[in-house]
Amino acid sequence: MAKLELKYGNHACAEAAVLAGCRFYAGYPITPSSEIAEKMAELLPKKGGVFIQMEDEIAAMGATVGGSFAGLKAMTATSGPGFSLKQENLGYAFMVEAPCVVVNVQRGGPSTGLPTQVGQQEIMQSLWGTHGDKMIPVFYPGNVQEIMEETIRAFNWAERLRTPVVLLLDEVLGHMRETVDMEQFEEGKVEIWDRKMPKVPPEEYLPYKPEEDGVPAIAPYGTPGYRGHATGLHHDYTGFPTTDPEMCQELIERLINKVKSRQKELERNEAYKLDDAEVAIVAFGTTARAAKTAVDLAREKGIKAGLLRVITIWPSPEETLYELAKSVKAILVPELNMGQYVLEVERCAKGEAPVYRLNRANGKIIYPHEILAKIEEIVKGGK
Amino acid sequence: MGAPNLPMEKIVEKKPYFKYLRLNKMPTIWCPGCGIGQAFRATCMALDELGISNDQVAMVSGIGCSSRTPGYFDGFTLHTTHGRAPAFATGLKLARPELTTILFTGDGDALAIGGNHFIHAARRNIDLTVILINNWIYGMTGGQVSPTTPEGAYATTTPYGNYEPQFDIAKLAIAAGATYVARGTAYHAMELKKLIKDGIKHKGFSLIEVLSPCTIVYGRKNRMSFEEMYFWFKENTLPVKAWEKLPEEKRAGKIPRGLLYHDDSRPEYTEVYWSKVKALSGGEK
Repeated sequence: MAKLELKYGNHACAEAAVLAGCRFYAGYPITPSSEIAEKMAELLPKKGGVFIQMEDEIAAMGATVGGSFAGLKAMTATSGPGFSLKQENLGYAFMVEAPCVVVNVQRGGPSTGLPTQVGQQEIMQSLWGTHGDKMIPVFYPGNVQEIMEETIRAFNWAERLRTPVVLLLDEVLGHMRETVDMEQFEEGKVEIWDRKMPKVPPEEYLPYKPEEDGVPAIAPYGTPGYRGHATGLHHDYTGFPTTDPEMCQELIERLINKVKSRQKELERNEAYKLDDAEVAIVAFGTTARAAKTAVDLAREKGIKAGLLRVITIWPSPEETLYELAKSVKAILVPELNMGQYVLEVERCAKGEAPVYRLNRANGKIIYPHEILAKIEEIVKGGK
Repeated sequence: MGAPNLPMEKIVEKKPYFKYLRLNKMPTIWCPGCGIGQAFRATCMALDELGISNDQVAMVSGIGCSSRTPGYFDGFTLHTTHGRAPAFATGLKLARPELTTILFTGDGDALAIGGNHFIHAARRNIDLTVILINNWIYGMTGGQVSPTTPEGAYATTTPYGNYEPQFDIAKLAIAAGATYVARGTAYHAMELKKLIKDGIKHKGFSLIEVLSPCTIVYGRKNRMSFEEMYFWFKENTLPVKAWEKLPEEKRAGKIPRGLLYHDDSRPEYTEVYWSKVKALSGGEK
């Protein structure tokens, strides 16, 4: 039986994190993500977990990695400017394979931007924000129920792949109250994955030696006998720095491939009225909500429109986007930035369908009638 | 220098603190005459005397010459990003308060890029032992001016001599809330061991500043041989008790060494946190 509860987006994220087993949170106040930290400050001590408000965003990310190395499921949350500050240690987490979840409740940017208003300007930064090559999973839910699902999924994949996972929300989602069916989140019903532990005795233990899935089994710090070293420098299987070119190349390829090779399993989308669609919208987060209504409005007018709502932003659903491009006459990518994910959609479409843009970066959402107008323009053969 | 030919058991018998070393990772990257090795040895000896096993120690560092120390230490070691070691260590120590957590850092790492993390860790009085190698310069990047480079000294970025004032590390730490503050030098090796030992024993934030010669970079830039640098520490520092007896006018240019500040009355951060959790969760961890 459905168990309905009215939930606030940011609180849902915090509650789901605790359900997923999160027992470490380090944060720093920033609008519009602060309610996640506030909820964690309330929940974690009661669960025997760690909550700490750090001196800055950099430290919050650093402490999160420290907590993760201690063996706890760890999370931090922030928004635009804070996400920029976290990039240094997010790159470190990627390099040392520290499982953690980094939430970015997107607001208007660049710089201090529009702190209290919505944006989707970190689609590219979520993957490419830190220096050096990187591939990490990035999830972007579209409603409060899904915030809970995706938060749990983010923790599961972080632990399974020993990687940071970025969970993108946006100001509208974070500050939205919506009904959530809590039945699926009841005790025992939530699927939880934990990180693997070393299977070898301490004398054979090599913390950074990958197993078949490309993921090493690193023991939590403090596990008797399983001492090890971790560094942001290129390193060998012992975790010690190396400049051996073969070892360095192998390391970076493995770090990228352990995520990229799981793309099919990581992929999650919602296809809405795409079966006979001639115009497809590709959207995510808050904008996808307006796009869904726009699809219905277009259909009322006899235009065969459909929506692919992307939930796993990175690694991108390359094949799905390519197949979509082959099956429609045009693709429209509305997003609250000046054209970011559209670049990825264009790349994946490989010219099979023209890709149109609808962009906005002024803190306001894109309304359904605006998307509809754009669809009509495309259908009429405009641009 | 490769790994010694003696079997490990024989070495440990003679020098028990060798059990903390990752001998297969040696030789170290440090230059001849560098003082970091002295501080590292003092730390290992202190741990041995305190009977703390390898499995009970986490060593965390940032970036720089001194921050390479954890790589040679056979414990749970984390070589993190520039200046951020106190943040990582705070997370680790909060989650694993049972681990003796030692930080190796330098004047640039702890006081410039990591200044904020350093003072906040001190403010919390979290039980970290920070061994700050103060060699007056950025050694690893080739000799740039640091927040402790003496006035008038030459660095690659002060070709006409340094004209910036310096941090007084001990005063900074005390003002920020550190509850154990000491200063030693790489010349006074056994005294340094004692200071580090007491710092590890202390429940709360401990800072041990280690005046240490950067022989190759600072020494060359400022026309000092490594012997001159070690003797400089001998001539220009004195035990804090002796320093206190000096009349004000004779203190100029003299640096006090030893225990500078000790306060056992303030509660330690992880103890406060976990006792709160215990009360709220009924002991569940």
